Amino acid sequence: MSNFWSGYIIVLVLLNLLGCAVLLFWNSRMSAEEAKRRTTGHVFDGIEELNEPLPRWWLWLFVGTLIFSAAYLALYPGMGKYAGLLGWTSQGQWEEEVAFVERQTAPLFAEYAKVPVEELYQYPEVREVGARLYMQNCAMCHGSDARGARGYPSLMDGSWQWGGTPEAIKHTITKGRDANMPALAAALGEEGTTDMAWYVASLSKPELAEREDVAERIERAAPLFAMCTACHGADGTGNTTFGGPDLTDGKWVYGGRIADIEQTLRQGRMGKMPAHESILSAERIHVLTAYIYGLRSDDE
Amino acid sequence: MAGSAHEKVEKNVGLLIALVLVAVSFGGLAEIVPLLWDDDTTQPVKGLKPYTALELEGRDVYIREGCHVCHTQMVRPLRAETERYGPYSVAGEDVWEFPFLWGSKRTGPDLARVGGRYSDEWHRDHLYAPRDLVPESNMPAYPWLRYRTVNWRHTERKLNAMRMLGVPYSEEDIQAQLQRVAEDWAEKTEEDALVAYLQQLGTVMTGRSAP
Repeated sequence: MSNFWSGYIIVLVLLNLLGCAVLLFWNSRMSAEEAKRRTTGHVFDGIEELNEPLPRWWLWLFVGTLIFSAAYLALYPGMGKYAGLLGWTSQGQWEEEVAFVERQTAPLFAEYAKVPVEELYQYPEVREVGARLYMQNCAMCHGSDARGARGYPSLMDGSWQWGGTPEAIKHTITKGRDANMPALAAALGEEGTTDMAWYVASLSKPELAEREDVAERIERAAPLFAMCTACHGADGTGNTTFGGPDLTDGKWVYGGRIADIEQTLRQGRMGKMPAHESILSAERIHVLTAYIYGLRSDDE
Repeated sequence: MAGSAHEKVEKNVGLLIALVLVAVSFGGLAEIVPLLWDDDTTQPVKGLKPYTALELEGRDVYIREGCHVCHTQMVRPLRAETERYGPYSVAGEDVWEFPFLWGSKRTGPDLARVGGRYSDEWHRDHLYAPRDLVPESNMPAYPWLRYRTVNWRHTERKLNAMRMLGVPYSEEDIQAQLQRVAEDWAEKTEEDALVAYLQQLGTVMTGRSAP
């Protein structure tokens, strides 16, 4: 704030207060003649309009507000650049609040950080803290029950696209993940896509190969699965390094009906897990990792 | 009452109006006028970028659909808010906002820091059918956004209007934006535009980019 505007504000504030004071005392004065008459001189149908002075208690309340404002302006910012005796700022108050909570929680999180995830998830209070962090940061995609939604993996089904070890989960949360299933419509063709969809479905349901109506399709697609093995593994059990999901476990991120699989093959899928290192501290991510690791352990 | 001066004011409506205006103008003169010249409120924060044409159209979709009625874009300097959303809002973020979309009621969460928090795909799925992702949500669905292409008819005029209001688009910037519209964005849906707008919200403060 420039000196000019600071002075401008100070002058206006003082003028305002002064104006209030002057008006107040000017209005509360009464000439001797007025005081004696006690009326405004207005008469309507024989009824006279009284002209009493302002009630004393009200007047003193008004004086009180003037004193309050003087004290307030001395303690708090209000007079242009003058910061006030207390040095209060909304920024400072926020910093104090943050520091206060940090002082209380930092030792807790420091304790938790020393405990490995495999053990930490069993702490009841870590589950509580973890649940809150989860609801705040993860539930929008993975669901408040952690069972996911179409396109957003369930964290409860024991199937881990990027690995279910504590290290892998922590990396996923911290750095995020970019999955990239390419569109194969051109490579497979319309019939080929349907064939491959049945083949992929048969990986988790081997009995499909016995079904007369689709056995031929599955047989036709089998050799073409070679183009999928780089990410999904030669046996279709997936590859956590590339985030190629296990196709044999019957757990589906984008749906397991033939139409769903066809769509995935045709247009590809670009699953994105956002990085959380700019949102959550490493200690909080550690606790969250333990919570998510614990979800799986519950389900098994 | 003291003297005739008071009586004069009370019995002369014109004078009364003039004096009332003087009395009530003090607040505005002291609290608003200096902000029009203060660097904190007139200078952009470092790194602030004017909207692309796509984001600007997305912003108009945001306004048209009334997103600001339920979503604020104003993180207050309170710990609970910065913990949930990210850095608190500062005036320098909004110097090129015409009109600003701070909102006043949070039926849904604040969106000032939503940029880069979710994937584009998440926003699409969520706008199309919020309860597919968040069963507890009471947000209305906006499926039509997916089937309507952006109406680019007024974009040039909108960009020029923003420029007139003080957004630092140069003539070349506007031409470059219109060229992108013609070359890349002609077929973009309103959903694309809205997602582009949402994904840049607050990124100047959080440093995130769309995942």
